[in-house]
Amino acid sequence: MATFDKNDDSVVVIVGSGAGGGTLGAELAMKGVKTVILEAGGRHETEDFQNDEWGSFGQISWLDKRTTSGSWRVAKDFSGLPAWIVKAVGGSTIHWAGASLRFQSHEWKAATTYGNVPGANLLDWPIDAIEMDPWYAKAEDRMGVTRTNGIPGLPGNSNFKVLEAGARKLGYNEVHTGRMAINSEPRDDRSGCMQIGFCFQGCKSGAKWSTLIAEIPKGEATGKLEVRPNCQVLQIQHNDQGKVTGVLYADKDGNQHLQLARVVCVAGNSIESPRLLLNSASSKFPDGLANSSGQVGRNYMRHMTGSVYAVFDKPVHMYRGTTMAGIVQDEARHDPSRGFVGGYEMETLSLGLPFMAAFLDPGGWGKDFAWWMDNYENMAGMWLVGEDMPQETNRITLHATEKDQFGLPVPNVNFDDHANDIAMREHAFGRGEAIYNAVGAVKTFRTPPYPSTHNLGTNRMSEKASDGVVNKHGQTHDIKNLFVSDGSQFTTGAAENPTLTIVALALRQADFIAGEMSKGNI
Amino acid sequence: MTTNPNVTRRTALKGAVAGLIVAGTGAGGLVFGHGNAWAATAENLDADTFATLVQMSRDTYPHSRLDDSFYAEAVSVLDTAAKDDAGLKTMLTEGAAKLDKEAMGLKAASYRTMSSEDDRVAILKSMEGDGFFQKIRGNLVTGLYNNKKAWPLFGYEGESASKGGYIDRGFNDIDWL
Repeated sequence: MATFDKNDDSVVVIVGSGAGGGTLGAELAMKGVKTVILEAGGRHETEDFQNDEWGSFGQISWLDKRTTSGSWRVAKDFSGLPAWIVKAVGGSTIHWAGASLRFQSHEWKAATTYGNVPGANLLDWPIDAIEMDPWYAKAEDRMGVTRTNGIPGLPGNSNFKVLEAGARKLGYNEVHTGRMAINSEPRDDRSGCMQIGFCFQGCKSGAKWSTLIAEIPKGEATGKLEVRPNCQVLQIQHNDQGKVTGVLYADKDGNQHLQLARVVCVAGNSIESPRLLLNSASSKFPDGLANSSGQVGRNYMRHMTGSVYAVFDKPVHMYRGTTMAGIVQDEARHDPSRGFVGGYEMETLSLGLPFMAAFLDPGGWGKDFAWWMDNYENMAGMWLVGEDMPQETNRITLHATEKDQFGLPVPNVNFDDHANDIAMREHAFGRGEAIYNAVGAVKTFRTPPYPSTHNLGTNRMSEKASDGVVNKHGQTHDIKNLFVSDGSQFTTGAAENPTLTIVALALRQADFIAGEMSKGNI
Repeated sequence: MTTNPNVTRRTALKGAVAGLIVAGTGAGGLVFGHGNAWAATAENLDADTFATLVQMSRDTYPHSRLDDSFYAEAVSVLDTAAKDDAGLKTMLTEGAAKLDKEAMGLKAASYRTMSSEDDRVAILKSMEGDGFFQKIRGNLVTGLYNNKKAWPLFGYEGESASKGGYIDRGFNDIDWL
């Protein structure tokens, strides 16, 4: 494992080690580029993970102070927890369920496809499906996605069988056990899935891809990658010419250090990444770095989500086996006759008893609530995830008075559902209920969105510098050696779980950065 | 959650007559259930407050499958926390007193001796926006449903990695579809 000097101004510094940062760091190192990843969280290995929902939540979650505003229900029920993401080496690839779906072609061109949607700040991506095809292929191979590269699908658990049976009765055709970055058989020095459950708590068999176990070790083995855990970046610094020169960070004891850099890549997820750019404001860049468009922090997307749980008169044991065990894709298409633009996926989901109590109906109590808990064993569950509309007013801002442990303003997350999001959720709830009713549900329940796991769009990609923060390579329009490498680049969210796309973009960006460095352009 | 030394489950009897679960209180913070099914020791709250909160806890999340001692255990968590948190102690004490006041106004009985569950729940409903109610409810979300001893009673098996997951233990054994 490499160790680089803090005064070495030839390194690429990456802020964050999740799907974007961890992949980018490993790929750059494999190309021979000296790379330092600064990760705010600690390093927990596979054996440290816990099959215990609250125990794990305390171990790996990002729990630093955040505030919320807007009309979304999360702001009421979980006011200090807008997002359910990870602060640890590996980032939210520790927590993710593994669903690895490509965007549909039209989703790269949302503005053109959907037309004028009042209140939505839609824009086409400056890239398309043809451009991304080889990068998706590389990402799928790298992650070992089932149903690609000849890798068999995972076996379906009981929760999937309920979903599948109901979906077939309704005439749905695209029903299967998903394209999952979870080994169905041993591959790439990782074992096959043991159907443990607890995918959200960090995979204890190593079957699930994460940057922690699958990318970072490969990068470290090259001798070109150093990962520094417990190092939170506070500010990106720049020179008079407007190029970034390094980052100021705090170590685990709160001591501050300056790491010089040739290139800085921001990959702290869609709340921290814009926060860092805003907190790096200077006399030269008074509105924050890379913010000449005024779009830094705006267009925050979290996917249209919701869950349907159903009780049957016999046991399901939904918690046994992979958390996201299968999918119905028929509603992912764009079909405005349903009353909304864009589409959504239906994917199985399960929560353990402790989290079911917290999330089924936040704040719920009394006999009705207790009935649901009494029937936990007989429950099946699905998550609904679809494209939500970017809106300028859904945004991350710096709090006027609240400060974090380093004295920096905490982020506020403001969110209101768009009318399209509400119409889509209503439709999805109805179809989810119909699936379960088709196989004899005693009762169904519409669970509201959890704190956000898919945080997107706050440093969006655009053709023109006036419309967004980064160009088609994730390079900021304003500063040539400053990049954004996480889901905050997303111009629009598409219906699919975002990780595969984040990884594909990171692989593509590594190619670009290494090329520009060798040409001397950055 | 570890076993709480301040709560004893003496028999498997479910105590309740009309859902009432506290038989009385005694010296030294003792709180005991009907049929002597359980007993708890209030260490920091007074025994009557503790007893009222146990009844309130069952009324908030009523599960016939759960022995009364589970509710006493959850209240014991708050009782312990009240040791170093004067604000919490005041909130719990005043909250329990308010329940009694409402109950006296309605039925000339204390909350935990008011025999109609519907009447008790109506009082809780009228207070559900209060910080006190939310404190008790929030405490139960973890105090009750994250109590590992309760998990098997709900059919939840908990940790599975050490048992090799469910690959050979019924992950897909549904047989009624």
